[in-house]
Amino acid sequence: MIWKPITELVSDVTSGKTTALELVERSLGQIEATKDYHAILAVTAERAKERAIAIDTAIKNGESAGRLAGIPFIAKDNFLTFGAPTTAASNILAPFNAPYQATAIEKLEAEGAIVIAKANLDAFAHGSSTENSAFGPTLNPHDKTRVPGGSSGGSGAAVALDIAPFALGTDTGGSIRLPASFCGVVGLKPTYGLVSRYGVVAMASSTDVIGPLTRNVDDAALVLDVMSGKDQFDGTTIERSKESYAKLDTSLKGKKIGIIKEYFTKDLNADVRQKIEAAIATFKDAGAEIIDVSLPSLDLALACYYIIVPAEVSSNLSRYDGQRYGLAAPDAEDLDGSYELTRERGFESENKRRIMIGTYVLSSGYYDAYYKKAQTVRTKLIQEFTDAFKDVDFLLGPTAPMTAFKLGKNVDDPLQMYLADIMTVAVNLVGVPAISVPAGTIDGLPIGVQLIAPQRADQQLLSLAKAYEELTR
Amino acid sequence: MTKFSAADIRKLARLCRLRLTDDEVERYQSELSAILNYVEQLQSVDVAGLDVTSQVTGLTNVVRTDELVDYGVSPEALLQNAPAMKDGQLKAKRMIG
Repeated sequence: MIWKPITELVSDVTSGKTTALELVERSLGQIEATKDYHAILAVTAERAKERAIAIDTAIKNGESAGRLAGIPFIAKDNFLTFGAPTTAASNILAPFNAPYQATAIEKLEAEGAIVIAKANLDAFAHGSSTENSAFGPTLNPHDKTRVPGGSSGGSGAAVALDIAPFALGTDTGGSIRLPASFCGVVGLKPTYGLVSRYGVVAMASSTDVIGPLTRNVDDAALVLDVMSGKDQFDGTTIERSKESYAKLDTSLKGKKIGIIKEYFTKDLNADVRQKIEAAIATFKDAGAEIIDVSLPSLDLALACYYIIVPAEVSSNLSRYDGQRYGLAAPDAEDLDGSYELTRERGFESENKRRIMIGTYVLSSGYYDAYYKKAQTVRTKLIQEFTDAFKDVDFLLGPTAPMTAFKLGKNVDDPLQMYLADIMTVAVNLVGVPAISVPAGTIDGLPIGVQLIAPQRADQQLLSLAKAYEELTR
Repeated sequence: MTKFSAADIRKLARLCRLRLTDDEVERYQSELSAILNYVEQLQSVDVAGLDVTSQVTGLTNVVRTDELVDYGVSPEALLQNAPAMKDGQLKAKRMIG
């Protein structure tokens, strides 16, 4: 473990015990040492060193350097950043250099954090294993023959491999929580709209959120506190809490935790079930009240998700046409041909699959039966969550029904791959925050427990996660 | 049960501006049929009296004052990624023969 908690690192940097440049060099060394895992697509070494030197100089001159002074971090490669291309792990964006940076990156940099590298992902964040990357898969840090989860697999692996104290991911249907579970790190999906998505490659705009993957809950809370809040460039952002998200109260007294009945079926791996039941017992022994909760429509969430999300994907990805940026097809015979050839060559199979499904469910004659129906079932799901939160403060279940699966296992069966997200997608459709916290290992492979809170209760959620972390440390 | 024919997939690909290979057409026929059949479980769900959800946090009509905002990005910087340019304009292939 080469990284202390972020607040300690920051105090070491500001007190002169270490320097931002030393942290950057340490991170670069770790990138080199863990190359085999392919967690990283590009390194922003030059810019990172320049920023570190500027931060060290500011500290020497007695200036304030921010709450994240000198902290190197990894951005999933669907965040627009300076210093390296932003590819979304796709060929269609391979030549793309961002002319501006994402709001989340700007906010972190304003507090002294330093982008050190871009992490691998499933192309356009479509996937659950990082195997859909156009540049090859990332390997699981705990077993090189297994996947790290996805789509933020590079981010999850990077944190588990000690490349940096934190990484950013995006979560449209579980893409932060699944890799967190498979890699044994903390992964936070905040309330929908709490963090601006300006400058992040859009996947499904009604569910996309940005969040951190970290080594501990305090670090996730601090990063969220810096990133959150309204942004004039993202009209879906909501007001942040006036209190700090980093100020956590770990008391469990009077806290009611609902156990989601529908997640404990025969499809749940027996070892995973045992770990999650142990987590429940931990909360109970520490004084929390445990209540069984049923969300009858939960079984429909995945079907709902795989209509709504491809629909939004087909719309969001229509902009990649080879005319304004990215890959182009100069050999095409005419304009239409240049669209078709660019998209045929630039998209991965899973991108095409989702674009076609989405276009189909939105097309005239099918819109009501598929898309409208799914958006109405979504209402039902939201109502059930709202009702559940009248009786309990939090919900609890596994993050995934299994530990990390073998590379190649699901690549030829898209539907089987989709099932990895069965326990994470509902949260995105409903817009509530959720976190995956390490809950032990099974045969050396990590597994996470998923905690869920009502919308805007991100601080309470982080407090509960920290309480669990302290009880199991 | 939806079962896509090769012609269905070709038509869909055309709507998506994708030029698929023959192998891809065959592959997507079975894959997309399987996905559609899975999501069709929603069709039997009773949703009487429920509205459609399109926004989850309760925001409505987010507007701002109609004035120029400086995004801090120049047109030149935005155009640096353009695959082909002529006289400061994006250059595209001919549209009609």
